[in-house]
Amino acid sequence: MAVVTPAPVTNAAHVTHRRRQLAAGGVVLVAVALLPLFVTDIFLLNVLVLTLLYAAVSQSWNILGGYCGQISLGHALYFGIGAYCASLLYVNFEITPWLGMLSGGALSALLALALGYPCFRLKGHYFVIATIVIAEIGLLLALNLELTGAALGIQWPIGDDSWLTLQFARSKLPYVYLALALLAVTWLVTWVIEESRWGYWWRAVKDNPEAAQSLGVDIFRSKMAAAAVSAFLTAIGGAFYAAFVAYIDPDSVMAFRFSLLFALPAVLGGIGTLWGPALGAAILIPLTEVTRSYAGGSGSGLDLVLYGVLIIVVALLRPDGIVSFLHRPTRNRAG
Amino acid sequence: MQAFLQVLASGLLMGLLYALIAVGLSLIFGLMDVVNFAHGDFLMAAMYATFGLWLLTSIDPLLLVPAVTALMFVFGATVYAGIVRFAMRAKGNTGMVQIFATFGLATLMQGAAQFFFTPDYRSITESWMGDKTFDIGGVFLPIPQLFAGFLSLVVFGGLYLLMSRTDFGKALEATREDQGAVALVGIDRNRVFALGWGLGAALVGIAGAALAAFYYIHPQVGGPFALTAYVVVALGGFGSVFGALVAGTIVGLVEALTALVLPPALKSIGIYSLYLAIVFVRPRGLFGKL
Repeated sequence: MAVVTPAPVTNAAHVTHRRRQLAAGGVVLVAVALLPLFVTDIFLLNVLVLTLLYAAVSQSWNILGGYCGQISLGHALYFGIGAYCASLLYVNFEITPWLGMLSGGALSALLALALGYPCFRLKGHYFVIATIVIAEIGLLLALNLELTGAALGIQWPIGDDSWLTLQFARSKLPYVYLALALLAVTWLVTWVIEESRWGYWWRAVKDNPEAAQSLGVDIFRSKMAAAAVSAFLTAIGGAFYAAFVAYIDPDSVMAFRFSLLFALPAVLGGIGTLWGPALGAAILIPLTEVTRSYAGGSGSGLDLVLYGVLIIVVALLRPDGIVSFLHRPTRNRAG
Repeated sequence: MQAFLQVLASGLLMGLLYALIAVGLSLIFGLMDVVNFAHGDFLMAAMYATFGLWLLTSIDPLLLVPAVTALMFVFGATVYAGIVRFAMRAKGNTGMVQIFATFGLATLMQGAAQFFFTPDYRSITESWMGDKTFDIGGVFLPIPQLFAGFLSLVVFGGLYLLMSRTDFGKALEATREDQGAVALVGIDRNRVFALGWGLGAALVGIAGAALAAFYYIHPQVGGPFALTAYVVVALGGFGSVFGALVAGTIVGLVEALTALVLPPALKSIGIYSLYLAIVFVRPRGLFGKL
């Protein structure tokens, strides 16, 4: 059982550990930022953007699924809302995707609160299936409503390269830095949350809700807060993706498999850990993309076979995530 | 009125098939608390097995049901022995390991289906049941659907006998009640689990063989059926055989009635809303213990 500590721990060793985490984050940030100096291949830069994006979205999923222990397999809904919000505002009203991002995030957070109200009473599989079913309703609506362009989707108009419209036809570099910034933000949010009152509450809700409640943790409000933050950041990722590919349809942003694919890097890297999602994405996405480009071109299905085997092997070999290799057993995460 | 009866009858038949698809999932869940995320792909595999055997032997799909069922039994037991057994050993976050081990299997199976059969839509074009319909007072029931519904009822009857009258059924029941205690009385837990997975896969195999007679077959065909099956299992209560039958029928009827009100493409919204409405009122489904 985790020890519920209402106030942040302030012993010296712990503070050092936190600072080291931040320093490591800074080093990784600089290293990735310098990567395009050596990598100029379009395919590889594309893989880099996707890796950073999946890391960021998985990091967002991890806030609700990993830290708070509420396994959502419906996050494609929030990703899709972000993507559609940015696309609709830009294509119909020429509103900058920056605002589209924020409004998509706000809309998703509000929806997460509205859905969380009835859903967080559910437990275990009943909760998981509710998240799947709700996202599926969203997908069906997106596929059939005129507002969202139905199955045809939404094409972004071709325009000049600009940081205002987030359209860059000539270079992938801006997208690399945008995706990196997105990951940095989600990572930093997680880093701050880990040591905040919410962070302790969420882990307590995950590890032992009964004990948490008896110590005065408001379980319902904890879950609601985690859901709102998680949905907001996921939608930002969706809006970025829409700007990046400049064309979206329901199947490419809202399909059920994305809900699984957003959770997968966190599970693979280490669920409920600061570095897990990024680590998982850094391994999973390049492998996926390389398999797809070498074995998938013929449409033979061989890429899916390899990908499936990869997921099975990883899930079975490293149930606690890759992060557990690096984990030093010297201190208790919960303080 | 006749049109309404027609909708009810079609919904009922489809519901019986949904129940048959879902009961294997429910059985496995009840036995060992594992949700198989490849369940829809088990259905897909059974449909392709029927299609493949029909292509090879030209035997009527009706007669292929036993062969497909047997194949799926072996497949299910193999999946347990090869993958699920190891997934269950995970110490931490077992739930996620199981979800992703079976999700990986689903991806693998879809890839394999695409590899062997191409992504094209296939269908069994020649069968005895074919396009025959049965006419009751102006309500037309296609024979293949009627057969599937009838088969489902027969299988549920057989399943009831199997669970209540045989040693295997008792071993299943005992293992799900208390896994530790059954080991003490000399029941090999692993063997019961493997047989449970075999049985679960065989049941969805029967459904797949019946479905292949009148539904198009492609690598992603399982997805929507799997979602419906999760809803059926959750509504009927995880692990409940009887619950799956009742919930499956309700789901089939609700889906058919939704198609009267909403455009057909949105008919699943009825099922999903039903699930949400029920679990919001009864968080453990219709028949689950509260």
